[in-house]
Amino acid sequence: MKIAVCIKQVPAKDAPLRIADPPVWIRETDIGFEMNEPDSFALEESLRLKEKHGGEVLVVSMGPERAKQTIKEALAKGADRGIHVTDDKFFLLDPLTSAKSLAAVLRKESPDLIFTGLQSDDHGFGQTGVLLAELLGLPHATIIMQIEVQEGRLKVKRELEAGWFQWVGLPLPAVLTIQSGINKVRYASLKGIMAAKKKEIVTISRDSLGVVQEPTERIERIYVPQKTKKTEFITGSPKEAAAKLLEKLRHEARVL
Amino acid sequence: MNILVVTEQRQGKWNPVSLETLSAAQQIAAQTQSKLAALVIGQGLRPLAEELAAYQTGEVLLVEHALLENYTPDGFTIALSQVIAQAKPDLILFPHTYQVRDFAPQLAASLGKGMIGDCVGYRQENSRLIFVRQMFQGKTAADVSFAGTAPWFASFQAGAFRGDQAARGASPAPIRAVSVELQPRQIRTQPLELFREAKQAVDLTQAPLLVAIGRGIKAPENIPMAEKLAKLLGAELAASRPICDEGWLPMDRQIGSSGQTVAPKLYLALGISGAIQHVVGMKGSRTIAAINKDPNAPIFEVADYGIVGDIFELIPALIDELEKSKPA
Repeated sequence: MKIAVCIKQVPAKDAPLRIADPPVWIRETDIGFEMNEPDSFALEESLRLKEKHGGEVLVVSMGPERAKQTIKEALAKGADRGIHVTDDKFFLLDPLTSAKSLAAVLRKESPDLIFTGLQSDDHGFGQTGVLLAELLGLPHATIIMQIEVQEGRLKVKRELEAGWFQWVGLPLPAVLTIQSGINKVRYASLKGIMAAKKKEIVTISRDSLGVVQEPTERIERIYVPQKTKKTEFITGSPKEAAAKLLEKLRHEARVL
Repeated sequence: MNILVVTEQRQGKWNPVSLETLSAAQQIAAQTQSKLAALVIGQGLRPLAEELAAYQTGEVLLVEHALLENYTPDGFTIALSQVIAQAKPDLILFPHTYQVRDFAPQLAASLGKGMIGDCVGYRQENSRLIFVRQMFQGKTAADVSFAGTAPWFASFQAGAFRGDQAARGASPAPIRAVSVELQPRQIRTQPLELFREAKQAVDLTQAPLLVAIGRGIKAPENIPMAEKLAKLLGAELAASRPICDEGWLPMDRQIGSSGQTVAPKLYLALGISGAIQHVVGMKGSRTIAAINKDPNAPIFEVADYGIVGDIFELIPALIDELEKSKPA
């Protein structure tokens, strides 16, 4: 089975974000980046399916030069090869144009399965997987918590809301978006890191894909959101702050 | 402008975000002098269409077909694209549910259009609509506008508008059945068993006080400390998704879009950054107190009381204070 996993590199979870000028993205200097967390679960799931059913895992990532590091990390964990679609201004793309660009690459690869994480921790559009399915003419299922491959078909467990789930059957090839928590993500081994050095990463500039850019939507500006509530910040030593908080909860909010 | 709201139901029951989105659509329609239609899709849904008709809307579109009884992305996409071709709405609004996430981008892309998903608000600016959504897990907001021609697609997040503020009409709106053509072979996915995981051991929705832990707790060895604090407060222990994903606490203690939605008297968030998937599940709490080392953590946007600090210093300090004040 040939599985393609779309992974994105996003700012590290604890990175202090500062808004860039013009304010449509963040300042990338001085912050760390990491593999988008839902994508790391998607990658892990692809590696487990390969271990069970054989085949190949291909990782595809779109982004600036720095995204190569995330592809290398995926190769060190066990992916077989990588494709890096380079675009320094990837953050200006609307979800449809992003998906069209990835689809142009994936179409040539004709994988049996395409995985994405359910959403990215940066833009958080949460559309890429579904759009890829539509653009490639494939069936899809989203927010998946379990995958079974049975006689050339898939049976997948979709997470619904409020604790509900549903099993869904679908033919291959197909696109799945993977929910965080579907598995326990592995660390790269030293052996894996060494082996990754010999694995291939093909670099393709997004411009060369011939994807016509007709944006359907535009981010006009990003900003620190206005508070919906006035938060009373309590200061002092931990001991003082703890005492003050309890005092407030008892006598002001009257909830204790 | 013509505005269409696509409501969501499962097994004849509204997804509550449907009415919140209707409320948003009524406001947009009033501000833009637009015509509003509300749509219900499935099978055997006339009673729900009649309920919807009691709200202030130009009309109710009832889309029924045997192949729509059980949701599939293909069935809903094909049916709704036929409705859009007939009704010609300019703006199509959805509740931002897991089901909408599953098909609405497909529907929009099948028409070559884009969707602005997961919006928390909107505003009108020089006769243009600007949609507000969150980015970077709630650390920033973004103003997003549509480019290109209608139809435009957008979805509103749970809790962005008040469902109980959806206006009722003076008289029932007309219900128009819109017929759609669907063939079984057009539906590629097969919906199977719908189920809930093993019985919930604890019902957090009934707990008046909750102490919730997030990634900041760092390791399972630190959970007993939070448990002790919860016990002293008479609170139940809850968590954000990553804690349950790690298996550190069972799934029935998870708060957020994929877990429980709660509104206790007190929600004490410890080391929870406040990603939107979590906040939608607890922002209705009467009093929210948050402790986090990052002063810019989005949890402070919904908190009444905040302490910027290290939970590993503050949890023991709270425990000390509570033990001190406990009657001997």
